[in-house]
Amino acid sequence: MPSEFRLILKHADQPGYTPDIECYLRNGGYEALKKALAIQPKDLPDGKKMSAPEQIRDDVKTSGLRGRGGAGFSCGLKWSFVDRRSGKPIYLICNADESEPGTFKDRQIIHKDPHQLIEGMIISCFANDVHLAYIYIRGEMPDGAKLLNKALKEARAKNFLGKNILGSGYDLEIHVHRGAGAYICGEETGLIESLEGKRAYPRIKPPFFPAVLGLYMCPTIVNNVETLCNVKHVVAMGPAEFAKLGTPNNTGTRIVSLSGRVKKPGYFEIEVGKVTIGQLINDPNFGGGLRDGRKLKAVIPGGSSAKVFKAGEKFKLKRKVDGKDTEVEVDMLDLPYDFDSLIAAGSMSGSSAIIVMDDSVDIVEALANISEFYAHESCGQCTPCREGSLWMSKALHRMAHGEGRATDADYLVKIADNIPGGRTICAFGEACSWPVQSFVAKFKDEFVAKGKADEERRAKQAAAPKSATPAERSEMASAH
Amino acid sequence: MADATTTENKPAAPAVEKITVSIDGQVVAVPKTTADPLTGKQIPTTMIQACALAKVDVPHYCYHPKLPVAGNCRMCLVEFGTPAMGPDRKPVMNPDGTPKIAKSPRPAIACATPISPGMEIYTATPAVKQMREGVLEFLLINHPLDCPICDQAGECKLQEYSVDYGKSESRFVEPKVHKPKRVDLGPRIVLDDERCIRFTKDVAGDDALGIVNRGSYNTITAFPGKQFDNNYTLNTVDICPVGALTSKDFRFKMRVWFLKETKSVCTSCATGCNTIVGSREDVMYRYEPRENDAVNSTWMCDYGRLNYKWINRPDRLAEVQKNKAKTAWPTAVKEISELLNKAQQGSVAIIASARQTNEELFLLKKLATKLGAVSDSIPRTGESDKLLLSADRNPNSNGSRLTGISGGKMGEQISMIVSDIVPSETTKLAHYLLPGCAHVEKRGTFTNGKGRVQKFMKALEPRGDARPEWEFLHELVFHVTGQDGYATIEGLFNLMAKEVPAFNGLTWAGLGDTGVTVPI
Repeated sequence: MPSEFRLILKHADQPGYTPDIECYLRNGGYEALKKALAIQPKDLPDGKKMSAPEQIRDDVKTSGLRGRGGAGFSCGLKWSFVDRRSGKPIYLICNADESEPGTFKDRQIIHKDPHQLIEGMIISCFANDVHLAYIYIRGEMPDGAKLLNKALKEARAKNFLGKNILGSGYDLEIHVHRGAGAYICGEETGLIESLEGKRAYPRIKPPFFPAVLGLYMCPTIVNNVETLCNVKHVVAMGPAEFAKLGTPNNTGTRIVSLSGRVKKPGYFEIEVGKVTIGQLINDPNFGGGLRDGRKLKAVIPGGSSAKVFKAGEKFKLKRKVDGKDTEVEVDMLDLPYDFDSLIAAGSMSGSSAIIVMDDSVDIVEALANISEFYAHESCGQCTPCREGSLWMSKALHRMAHGEGRATDADYLVKIADNIPGGRTICAFGEACSWPVQSFVAKFKDEFVAKGKADEERRAKQAAAPKSATPAERSEMASAH
Repeated sequence: MADATTTENKPAAPAVEKITVSIDGQVVAVPKTTADPLTGKQIPTTMIQACALAKVDVPHYCYHPKLPVAGNCRMCLVEFGTPAMGPDRKPVMNPDGTPKIAKSPRPAIACATPISPGMEIYTATPAVKQMREGVLEFLLINHPLDCPICDQAGECKLQEYSVDYGKSESRFVEPKVHKPKRVDLGPRIVLDDERCIRFTKDVAGDDALGIVNRGSYNTITAFPGKQFDNNYTLNTVDICPVGALTSKDFRFKMRVWFLKETKSVCTSCATGCNTIVGSREDVMYRYEPRENDAVNSTWMCDYGRLNYKWINRPDRLAEVQKNKAKTAWPTAVKEISELLNKAQQGSVAIIASARQTNEELFLLKKLATKLGAVSDSIPRTGESDKLLLSADRNPNSNGSRLTGISGGKMGEQISMIVSDIVPSETTKLAHYLLPGCAHVEKRGTFTNGKGRVQKFMKALEPRGDARPEWEFLHELVFHVTGQDGYATIEGLFNLMAKEVPAFNGLTWAGLGDTGVTVPI
C-alpha cells in the first residue's frame, strides 16, 4: 500500500512541534550546517584541491536534485551556470512567491518549519560563495514573513547567520522581502526586478540570465523553498543516500498539493515516482477517492498552468521491460507522479499541485475560471500574453454566460496558438495558453455542444414574437 | 556612421572583428560587436542590426536603435539556426561539405539576440509571417481603429504593418478594452509601447513615466500629481511607433501626408540639431529631429522644437522701405551702395547676428574690410542642460568668429541700414529697411558650437519682397568692392571655403546632409 514518505515535512505535523529554533535544535536542527562548514578541502587525483563549497555543489549535482518550483531543472546544473569569475558578488534568492493556483506546499514549510528553509539556504549560500541572500515571499503570506523574520533573528542570535558563522570565517546575511501580490513575481527575473524595487516585468533572456546578470546585474541563484530544504538533506544524508529516494533521474521526495473534488484534499510528501496519480487521488492514505457517486472527469497534474489530463486517457511510455526499451500503454491514473513521466505524457508535474475534477464540473466554466486568473495576472509587458490572455478570458466568460458559439472551440485554440513557444518573454505565455489548448483539445465536444446549445437558444429567442424585456431594450439601445 | 560626410576629425575606431552570418540565404560579414547607443561600450551585435546592415527589413515596434532593448512587442520574432555541433565539439558537415545547421525549435526576438558565427537567420518563413500576423492581430484587438481622426495616421507603424500582415476582417467579437486616449501627461504631451519610458529614463535622465495596472489594462502615465515636463518630452511623440503619444502643439493641425519635408538645422542654440521642417503651402507646422550621430543622435529639445511660431507671424517684414516708404530692391541696393562708397574709412559699423549664415557673415566681413568698419555680432545666452541645449542661444557664433565678423567694438550710429525679418524697435529707426528670410526660407550653413558646418535647405517661400540676405549682401559687396561673389549659394559657399582658412577644403556638395566638423 503506497504511503507518504516524510523527509522535508518529517517533523512539521508532529504534535508539539513548533517553528521556534529551540524545537528545531532539539530535533537535530543545524547539524547539517555544522557538517557542511566542517568539510575539509579534498585532494583530487590531478593534484588540485576541491574546496568545501565545490564539494557541496558536486554533491548536489550527483544527488540528482531537481528544482521543486515548476520547471524541474537540475539544481546542481543551475548552480554550475553561475558566473564565478565576474568579480561581482553572487546573490541567492529563495523564491517563496508560491502562487500557482492549487499549490500550497511551500507555505507548510515556512509556517511549520522555517528553520529548515534557513538552514538549507545557509548551506546553499556557503556552497556558492554567497554572502547576501533574500527570501522573496508573496504578499499574501504576511504570517509567513513574520515567522521567517523571527526565525532569522533567532538564527542570528545563535550565530548561524551573521559574521564568522560558527567560527568558520564564513559571513552571510539573509533578508525577507515581501511581494505586493502578483503571480508574475514568481517568475525568477520578474522576481529580481521586483526585489530591485521595480515593476515585476520579466527580463529578456538573452542577455539577462540570472546566473550571469541577475539581481543588481550580478550573478544570482533563484531556488524554490522546497529545493533549498532538500539541499540540507543532500548534505545530511550524503548524495548517494538521497539519490536512493525516489526513482532514477527523479530523486528525493516531493510535497504534493492535492485539491479539488476528492474526499481528503491536502498535502502529501511522497518519494518522487513511487506513487501514481491514481493512488494520490484514490488511496485512503492520500485523497481517499472522489465523493460518493461521482466519476472522475479531469486531472490537472502540476498546478493550473499544466496541461489537463482527461479521465481514461492512455499514454504510450517507454519502459524497460526485461532490460529492453519497450513502449507500454499506461492509463493516466497509473502514471507515476514524477517529472519525466508527466512530461512524456504531454503535461508536467510543475509545482506538484494536483487539481481533481469530477463529473459535476462544467469544463467550460473551469477553464473560464483559470483563464480569468491568468488574464488578471499577465504583467502586460509583451504583446501576445498581454492581449491574448484577456482575449481568451473574455471569450470564455462569454461562453460561460450563455453567449457561446459552436465555432468558439476553434476560435479559442487559434488565439492560444499565437501565444506560447518562444513568442513571449517568459513562460507566462505557456502558462496562460496551455490550459486553453489542452482543455479544448481534450473536451472539444463539450465546448462545441455548449456553443451550439447557446446558438439554438438564441435563435429560438429571436424567432419568438418580440416582447423585449427592459433589460433587452436597454441592451439594444446601447448596441446602437 | 557609414556616410563619409559625417566623418569626425578623430582617430578611426579600432577595427571590430567581423563574423559571417546568413540572412535569408544572403551571406554577410557583420561586426561582432556594436557600440551601445547610450554608453558607447562595445556589445554583441544583434540579429536586427545584422539584418539592417544586410538591408533586410525586420518589422518592429519597441526596438529603437538609440534606446536600450526592451524586447516586448514581439514583432521582430525570427527563426534561426546555428551550426550543429557533434559530440566531439566539432561542427557537423552536410554531405556537400557545408556545415549542418541546427534550426532552433523556438523563434527569437531579433532585437535582443546576439549573432554568432555561421548563424542563419530566417526572416521570411511562413512561421515568421504567421507570428507577425499574430502579434499584429493582438495589437489591434483593443485598438479603437480611429485612424481617420487619429493624429498619428500616416506615420503609424500599426498602419504600415497592417498593410503587410493585417487581416481585412477581425475575428475579435469580445468587447474592447477602452483606454483613455486624451490623457494629459504634461504641458506638451497627451496620451503603450515603452519606448517613451526608456527614452525619458535613459536618455533624458528623468524617470518620469511608468505603467500602471496590469495585463491588457496597462496604461502609461506620469507619477500622480507630477507632470511630464522636461525639455525633451516631445521626442516621445517621435519615437512612439503608434498614436499613443501625440503633441499638443501639432495634433489636429495638419494631416502628416500633406506636409512637405525639408532638411534643416535648428537655430535655437549653438548645438545645431538637425531637423526636418514640416510645411505646407508656405506655412510651417512642425520641426522633427533628423538623425545625425555627430550632433543630436535622433533627438531635439522642446525649446528648439517649439521655437518656430515667429516664422508664421503675420507681421513679418515683407517690403523694402526707405524712410518708412515702400521702395524696390534695385533702388535700395543702388542707394545703399552709393552711401557706403561715399563713407569715410572707419565711419561704418556693422552689427551682425550669429543667427546669420556663414555665407552672409562672410559677405558682411568683406564689406567691413573694404570700409574699414567695426563689426560685431550680438550674443544671446541662456541656461544649458546636459543633453542638447547649449547656453549659447545663437546657431552660428562660431561662424561669426571664423568669418571674422565678431570681436569689434561699437560706437555711435548715425545712418541706419537694417535688415530683419520681424518688426522691432530697431526696424522703426531704420533709414533703409531690408526684409530678410528665416532660415527655412533660404539655404545656407551654420557652424555649431563644436565646429560642425551644417547646411539647411529652403522649405518656404520668402514673404512678399523679402530676399535671402546673402543675395542682397552679395550685390552690395559687388557694388562696394567691385568683387564679384557668386550668385548661387553653392558658388558663394565654395568661394568662402577658399578664402576663410577654417573652411578650407570644404565644398557645398561635400557637406552632405549631416555636415563636416572643422577645427575651431
